[in-house]
This record gives sequence, structure tokens and C-alpha cells, in this order.
Amino acid sequence: MKLLQILIDGFAISSLYGVGAIGFTLIFGVSGVLNLSHGAIMVTAAVAAWAAAGTLGLGPYGGAGAGVLASVAMSFATYLLVVRPIQTSKRIPREEKEIFVLTGTLLWGIMLQEAIAYLFTSNPKTVLPLIPGVISIAGIRTPSQEIVTAVLSWTAIGALWLLVNRTRVGKVLLAASINPRGLTLLGFELPTIYLYVWGLYGVLAGIAGVLLGSFLGVSSDNVGQLTASAFSIVVLGGLGSVTGSLVGAYVVGYLETITAYLISPSIRTIPVLLLLVVVVYLRPQGLLGRR
Amino acid sequence: MAKLSGIWAAALATAMMPLAAHAADPIKIAVIAEASSISGASIPQAAHLAADEINAAGGVGGRMIEIVEYDDHNSAADAVRAFQRAANQDHAHAVIASYISEVVLALEPWSGRLKLPMITPGAASDDISHRVHNDYDNLKYTFHGYLASTFLSDSVCDGLKVVAVDQLHMKTAVVMSEDAAWTIPLDAEYLKCLPKIGIKVLDHIRLSPDTTDFTPVFNKIEGLKPDVIVTGISHVGVQPTVQWHDQQVPIPMIGISSQATSSTFYKDTNGATESVIYQTVSAPDVAVTAKTIPFTNAFVKKYGVTPSYTGYTTYDEVYYIADAIKRAGSSDPDKLVAALETTSWTGTIGKVEFYGRDSDFTHALKVSPEYISGLLVQWQGGKQQTVWPSNVANAKVSFPAFVKLPTN
Repeated sequence: MKLLQILIDGFAISSLYGVGAIGFTLIFGVSGVLNLSHGAIMVTAAVAAWAAAGTLGLGPYGGAGAGVLASVAMSFATYLLVVRPIQTSKRIPREEKEIFVLTGTLLWGIMLQEAIAYLFTSNPKTVLPLIPGVISIAGIRTPSQEIVTAVLSWTAIGALWLLVNRTRVGKVLLAASINPRGLTLLGFELPTIYLYVWGLYGVLAGIAGVLLGSFLGVSSDNVGQLTASAFSIVVLGGLGSVTGSLVGAYVVGYLETITAYLISPSIRTIPVLLLLVVVVYLRPQGLLGRR
Repeated sequence: MAKLSGIWAAALATAMMPLAAHAADPIKIAVIAEASSISGASIPQAAHLAADEINAAGGVGGRMIEIVEYDDHNSAADAVRAFQRAANQDHAHAVIASYISEVVLALEPWSGRLKLPMITPGAASDDISHRVHNDYDNLKYTFHGYLASTFLSDSVCDGLKVVAVDQLHMKTAVVMSEDAAWTIPLDAEYLKCLPKIGIKVLDHIRLSPDTTDFTPVFNKIEGLKPDVIVTGISHVGVQPTVQWHDQQVPIPMIGISSQATSSTFYKDTNGATESVIYQTVSAPDVAVTAKTIPFTNAFVKKYGVTPSYTGYTTYDEVYYIADAIKRAGSSDPDKLVAALETTSWTGTIGKVEFYGRDSDFTHALKVSPEYISGLLVQWQGGKQQTVWPSNVANAKVSFPAFVKLPTN
């Protein structure tokens, strides 16, 4: 019984981690940016969905849509106000730009976190579930929202796979991640491609944020933890590898769930951090990393 | 002669000027709390409300009350810095500080060192008053303006005896508390008082404040088949409550749930707090004293939400600090402490008096039906309804269909 419970809960949380982490890894793969405001963007989506669904009375679906829109808007704001000015700056030496982007996105994330706490308090917010109630899976009482979380996460992941593999835009994104210089020689504008990928990232982070908000609830205090979690997953899976991130998400999700059920919920994240240390030590490129 | 008198009068008036200005100096009350949390937000809000009322009525002997706010972000280090600034730069006469025991325990020695009286409106750890008892000369400046944890447990047990044992025939419980300083004495007393009222404790779970997924916790509790989950949650609140509701955990939750005292909590949980029963000392629907409902109404009118428990205590504290200064005829710290020790003030939470030096709980609020006693309040249909004690209860306990109650 407990095994089945672990399988169900682990699958839902891993799917959620997956959709959050692939956006994070996509940005790194295509534009080389490690976006440390990732957690803040997810929380923005959840809080916007909560406020739109409740305060503005848009209901669960309107709220979810507003959350994803807020995430896309915040994603573009992150790129246009923080990342792009650093990338195009002539005063920052080229070799220092990466560290400037890291610092810039980290500080931006803290600003967003403080703004959310100021405007909406740091108390956790729970987004209205798209489908309330519980259903029984082989005798395990499971919230319908947990199923919705898994289904929507995999729908988003599947849609991303189709986009990357079956559309022209997707192929351009793939090419940008492999050889951006070659792509510019073919006449593509890299800033336009980056805008696409930040938009796509906004949608994925938004879906992850809204689902997390309705599944477990989030607060501005979770910003650092969410960024660290996405970072752990992509490092474990291999920076820039979408498949690796998915594998990483399931390893992390199940390891956390098994720890919480069989040992204690209070040490839930510790085995994952230990595993991360081992992977970084033995296989620095991650499980499925390219370099 | 008349001219001479005029000169003397003018000279006297000139000589008195600094004294007159001193008499009109404001009484500064520093308020240190995290403004972005449910329990913290009510502290400065209620303090301003009380100060505005006192000032509108002419102040304290002509001196206006000035509230000086500091946000400590629930950090002990930030709170200590704020306390030092309140004493040394802003020259506060008294401090109302925090609902977090760890923060108040960090401030307590500073209250002694800087000889600045401090009252906490919401922290509960027994250690706050035990320390005053053990080192009175140095720590007598600290007052515990909310119920100590042991008294909270006893109040919950008193209510459970009637509501859970007598009315609902409950016999077993799991104690579920967050891991914090205030829950150590709370849980210890739960483990003592629950068996005394006929409830067997099947397990005692302490939650890490970082827990986000409570499914394994509820899964474990459900496996033990208790009749009730007795709670001690304050820092965590929204997530366990929402997940309890969304997962339709069939066991009622009754106990301390600090955030549930404010209507903000109902909104943050999208109503998942429906049917949760929490202990408190005052509620929006009960005239604990003649001041309770007028204060609640004024608070709701000004801020749009019902006050959390710290709102009631803070409001009272501003009033009885003002009263103590008036009785002491001075805001000198030692005289203020002496006056606070003889406080007998009927506020929104009951009659406020403090235990003396001979009690282990020196400077903690006296708890008894004569002074302050607890209530059990349940969220029903989006409203806070008092269900215990019977003399003030205006609703009966009710639960949603997913909660399974003992059959006999």
C-alpha cells in the first residue's frame, strides 16, 4: 500500500519538477544563461494565479491562465531588463559576463521575492485546484489535482518535444543550442531566437508554478529553494540536456518521496544533496550531459 | 507692582518652557515584527489603532503615543538591531516585539541590558517568563503578553475534554506540532494533559518548518487511526491545512493553529481551513469583554481583515503600557516595570494581570476564568464561530462529510 502511495506521489511531484527544470535547462542550452531568478518567476506565476482566481474572481481556469501570462511577462522582463543589458554591455569584459548574468538574475530574483512578500505577504498561497476532490487509485485516496498535475506536466513536456522536433522554430532553437555562431551565419538573428526561448521558458515556468501552487502551495520564502531544486535537477541530469533534466527530475522526485515516507519528511532533501555531491564528483557533466 | 509681577510671570513661564515641552514629548512605543506574515502584520496594525484612539482622547497626560515600526523579517539578528536602534537612536520608552519565541528569547537579554521594557504579544515559549523568574534583577524588563505554551496546552485540553471527549466521544489522538521553541513545552504539556482527559496519544510528530509536502505525514497519521489530530502549528499553517483539506484526510484537526485566527488565512487557503478548530483567547464573534467586538469591528473597518491573535494582545498592550506610564507618572524604565507589575487592565482578551516574582512564570499573563481563559473557535461557512466554552459558544461543532467521527 505504501509502495503504491510512493509511486503515485513520486510520479506527480517528479512530473512537476520535470516541467519546471526543462525550462531552466532550455535557457541554459540555447543561450548559456543560468537563470537564478527561476524560483521567483515560478512563485510569481503561483501568486498571480491565486490573486486572479480569488481576489479578481476569475476562477481556477482564469487564474491559471493569468498565472502563466504573469510568468511569461516576468520571463521577458528578466531577459530584457537584466540579461540582455549585461550581454550587450561593452563595459563588462566578455569573460565576466556569465558571472554578471548569474549575479544579476540572483539579485533580480531577490527583488521579486521581496516585492511579492511586500504586496501579498510571505504567507504561502494555494492556487484553486482545476479539479477539486479526490479519487481512489487501487484504494489509495489521491487528490484529483495530483492527477491533473501529472497529466498537465506531461502534456507540456510532450508539447515541448513536438515543438523542438517537429517545427521549424524548434529546429532553430536546437541549432542555437548546438552552434549559435553557425546559425547567425545562416542569417538568423540570435536576439530574436533568445526572445522565443525566454517566452517558451515563461510558459513552462508558469505551468510549473501554477501547478505547484495548487498541489502544495508556495510562498515567497520558497524562491531560493525552488531555484536550488531546479539547479540540482539540471546539474544531476546534465546542464543543457532536456532528457537529462527529465531523468534528473524523476531521480530527485522519487528519492525525496521515498525519504519522506520511509525515513522522515524533515530530511526529505538531504539524500538528493548527497547524491548531487557524488554525481558532481564522479561525473561532473551529469547523468546525460554533453560536456 | 503689576509690572513686576508680569516680569516674574514671564520669567517663570520661560523657566517652565523646557518642562512644558517635556510634558508634551510623545511616548514612543517601538513595534518590532515581521509585517509580511499573517500573525506579524496584525502587530503594527493594532498598535496604530490603539495609539490613534488614545491620542484622539487626548493622549496620556497630554503626551501623544507614537508608534515606531521596525520589520525584523522574523530574524533574531534583525530584531536585535531594531531593538538597539529603538533604545539608542529612537529613544523608545517601551517595545512590543514579535510573535516568534526564538526572536523574543534573543531580545530578552537586550531588554535587560538596555533597560527598555518589552512585551511580546504573541510568542509563547515558557522560557520567556522562566528566565525572568531565574534572573529577575537583570531580566525584569521583559513581560509575556501572551499565554505561555504550557497554558496554551492546558486550554486546548480543557476545550477538548468538552468538545472531543464528552460531545464527540473521541479516545485517541496524534499530536502534530512544528519543530520550534514554543512547541517544546506545548508538546510536553499535551502529552501530560491529554491522557488526563481520557485521550490516548498514539504518536507525537514534530514537523520541520521547511516541510512543503505533508502527504507522508498525513499518511502516517491516518495509518494510526486516531480520532483527532491535536495541532501545534504557527509558522507553518497554510500548507498542512490545505493539503489536509485537498487530500480529504478523514481526521479532524483541533488545537493551536495561530494563522487560522485571522481571516487572511481563510483567503490564503481558499477556504481549506473550513472546519478547523483552533484555540485562542478572543474571537470576532464573542464579547470576551466589552472591548473585544468594538476592537474587532474597528480593525476590520480599517484593514479589511479580522485581526490575528496578536492583534488583540498588541491593542491591549499599547493601552496598558499607556496606563502604566500614567500610573507611574513617568516613562522611566524601572518605574514603568513596577507599574506594569501591578497592571490590572481589562482589555480585549480578558483581565490582564501578570504573575509575580514568586511564580515560575514571572511576568506571564495570569490564566484562569477570572483573568484570561481560552476559547475553541471553528471556521464554519467562512466565519469564525466559537464552539467552546458553552457560556459564550454561538455554534455547535460540525465537520464536512470527509471527516469521520467516532461512532459511539
